[in-house]
Amino acid sequence: MAAMRPNGGPAAKNSMFVDSLKDSATAAFLVAVLGFFFLPLKTDIAAGGLAITYRWPLWISAILIVFGGRLLLNLFVFKAKTPATQFIGDKLSGSSARLPGLGRYLGIALFGFAVILPFFFTTFFPGQQRQYIDLAILIMTYIMLGWGLNIVVGLAGLLDLGYVAFYAVGAYSFALLAEYFDLGFWMALPLAGILAAFWGIILGFPVLRLRGDYLAIVTLAFGEIIRVVLLNWYEFTNGPDGISGIPKPTLFGLEFTRGEGGFADFFGLEYSTIHRFIFLYYIIFIMALITNFVTMRLRKLPVGRAWEALREDEIACRSLGINTTNTKLTAFAIGAMFGGFAGSFFATRQGFISPESFTFLESAIILAIVVLGGLGSQIGVVIASVVMIGGIEMLRNIGFLSQIFGPGFDPVQYRMLIFGLAMVGIMVWKPRGLITTRVPSAVLKERKKIGADMVAQGEGH
Amino acid sequence: MNVALKQPSASANDRWDADPILTVEHLTMRFGGLVAIDDLSFKVGRGDITALIGPNGAGKTTVFNCVTGFYKPTEGRIVMRHGLGGQQETVDAVTASGRRWHISDDQSVFLLERMPDFEISKKARVARTFQNIRLFGGMTVLENLLVAQHNPLMIASGMTIGGVLGLPSYRKAEQEAIDKAVYWLEHTRLIDRADDAAGDLPYGAQRRLEIARAMCTGPHLLCLDEPAAGLNPRESTELNELLQFIRETGTSVLLIEHDMGVVMEISDHIVVLDYGVKISDGGADFVKSDPRVIAAYLGVDDEEEIDVPEIKADVAEMEKPARKPRKAPARAKAVAKPAAKSAPAKSAAAKTAPAKKAPAKKSAVPAKAVSEIKVKDADKHPGAQPAGTKKPAAGGADNLTRISGIGPANEKKLNTLGIWHFSQVAAWKKAEVEWVGSYLSFAGRIEREEWVKQAKALASGKQTDFSRRVDGGKVPSSRTSSRRTSGKGGKA
Repeated sequence: MAAMRPNGGPAAKNSMFVDSLKDSATAAFLVAVLGFFFLPLKTDIAAGGLAITYRWPLWISAILIVFGGRLLLNLFVFKAKTPATQFIGDKLSGSSARLPGLGRYLGIALFGFAVILPFFFTTFFPGQQRQYIDLAILIMTYIMLGWGLNIVVGLAGLLDLGYVAFYAVGAYSFALLAEYFDLGFWMALPLAGILAAFWGIILGFPVLRLRGDYLAIVTLAFGEIIRVVLLNWYEFTNGPDGISGIPKPTLFGLEFTRGEGGFADFFGLEYSTIHRFIFLYYIIFIMALITNFVTMRLRKLPVGRAWEALREDEIACRSLGINTTNTKLTAFAIGAMFGGFAGSFFATRQGFISPESFTFLESAIILAIVVLGGLGSQIGVVIASVVMIGGIEMLRNIGFLSQIFGPGFDPVQYRMLIFGLAMVGIMVWKPRGLITTRVPSAVLKERKKIGADMVAQGEGH
Repeated sequence: MNVALKQPSASANDRWDADPILTVEHLTMRFGGLVAIDDLSFKVGRGDITALIGPNGAGKTTVFNCVTGFYKPTEGRIVMRHGLGGQQETVDAVTASGRRWHISDDQSVFLLERMPDFEISKKARVARTFQNIRLFGGMTVLENLLVAQHNPLMIASGMTIGGVLGLPSYRKAEQEAIDKAVYWLEHTRLIDRADDAAGDLPYGAQRRLEIARAMCTGPHLLCLDEPAAGLNPRESTELNELLQFIRETGTSVLLIEHDMGVVMEISDHIVVLDYGVKISDGGADFVKSDPRVIAAYLGVDDEEEIDVPEIKADVAEMEKPARKPRKAPARAKAVAKPAAKSAPAKSAAAKTAPAKKAPAKKSAVPAKAVSEIKVKDADKHPGAQPAGTKKPAAGGADNLTRISGIGPANEKKLNTLGIWHFSQVAAWKKAEVEWVGSYLSFAGRIEREEWVKQAKALASGKQTDFSRRVDGGKVPSSRTSSRRTSGKGGKA
């Protein structure tokens, strides 16, 4: 009889409960054994040697927490017929089904908000306007970087773990051009982009023959090489001391300074430091828009289609007469160029750069933005940047947590932990990122979205 | 190699000889020690549908990969011609100059073995499809066809710069590209699915899409690797019509195919490969009745009795006492022309022919005269006929099927050659091996399966792994039980 009602009757339910209890007891036992020397016994330095302090309540509460937690997980997730987490998964995947339709309106809404953003903050948050606009600039920089990397990783399918190298090349190009040749931001910006693109090609050449993991490792190494060179070539780059006094951008020659000939003076405004932040915001906003515009255009051009085709199947590309070497190089070069522009902007915004700003963690964050957003999705990058960069910065402002955990609690310290948890969560419920559908670049009759399961991920994923 | 085989059908004025679009000359491809293609030469006629057939592992796809640049051939020349005629002078001039191609308005020559794969498609205009379909699954059907027109579109977009700026000339070019894609979508009946992901299409449609995609590159020669694989009979018929339509548009077709229905119905010219060697070359009717082709397809499986009438007739004829051998000069002429390789092999055979320990008899006489058996077309095979006796020695014939690679059918054939004993096989030299390989229509296999080595072991009374399995009754054999008892099939 039992075999005839596999999941239904009270017997099955009962056995499920017993199983859960057993499993939880095992987990609790393991915690008791493993934690025995760490939790209840604590050694302190006392007069004449070490003294043991006993902390039995801590040990027992740890065991109980594990037992209870495991039991709840067993009952409602692991062994339940409809796991509680399924709801979250459904909600997330359901949202993706609706999102493409929403995507257009969401994009327009985000764009509209981005246009008026500085004035929104100066009007509604006059006290914290500087902080918020600065955060918006930071997010916009990462959006631009994400869009740049999206060309390489999302479209061409070449996993690049060293993207920060081009960011660094752009930043140092501007800083050094300003230091040695006295060039201003607008003069140095195109040069920085060109130099970064050049480095993209330099990186591209050795990488061309590599596939998969090897490609990822070489790009990672390249990113580190650039940083280490910047760190050690003291005479040229000033090494770990960095370069300071990088010039600020001007608006057609107008500087954002107090007094005669400044921006405020020219327009007859009252001088305020916020003008410069608003100006910086619009610079990066327009640069990001150009990145997006060029990427969207390239997607509809033969070179962009060749990138996507390369991601799908390199051998088929070659059989169709596509020079895959050049195609990969253009992807690296154009991606690197946008990274270089962003780096240049970073240098002028900060006024000071050092190799510390270009560690592997930066590459990882940019890549995480692209992956979480959904490879190849432009709007996904925006959402992921806002969530990841904005979210982490917002942690600084959460005061109530320190009331719970005590005055010494700094949520920012835990940002990497939260970051990691968010990654795990996304990878469990949305393994292909937030926006997973691909929009075709050419349409005959009807524009149909292509599901992520069809789209290949390319090399190194 | 066996150009003599061609004579019944292939004459000098065959289309593919007079106006070849592609010639493969002495193509050899080695992977380490493995010779996948051995000195292969054939021609593909302009405007023809040429089929490349052969059993599994014959090297067909390797030939394709060499022609389309995915492999670099070890040796040989592959010439693609645009414009009429053989253009032999240009070909020789380009070959000598070290250049890759010579392009002029009406006649161009490309040496494919010197060109990288993408240039073969771009410049020489050879398009290909793949045995395991390689579409861009995440892109729509239309996008797949636009990717195929990458090079003309790239030029139209001013190497991307004009395209980014949105110049009208690019829009016009893109519209033309879409029109071309629509043209091929209509001819492959995929127009209704133009906006679907290629990976969503059913299998047959994916095959057609791959052909449409290859055609969008504007090829002069279309290479299809098993286009009918996995298609149902109706789809196969449609494929035939599509291929004939492609030929009518002026594109020559080279296809690998296992589906004989497709091959025999539409091919103008068939080249048959086996173990990397060409065994037959000619029109469909000629190839269909070529005993070597039948043997390659059906006779290679030695565990089966041959029941093909042609082979039976062949065998029966050999059993008759043969007539006088032909005069040597005629033979030498016939062999000297085709392949450079067989001539040295022949002289080598003449030298080594006095077999060391041919136990049968008469060791000092040249190999040809040694055999008591006269085979009708002995001259046509390279190497030397092995010594044979009309009757087995006292004590009866050995069970040759104890040699791995010799089945009852081949044992029967060997017996008709007068080969009865392991010691006879053990005495074969290179020349004999080559001759028997050619005679049994599976060149190279004797060396590969080490018949001689096995025979030496068995002749000296030792066992091999395979012979143990035969004796144990695990492998079908000409004798039902132990070594020397003669049973069914052993009577010949």
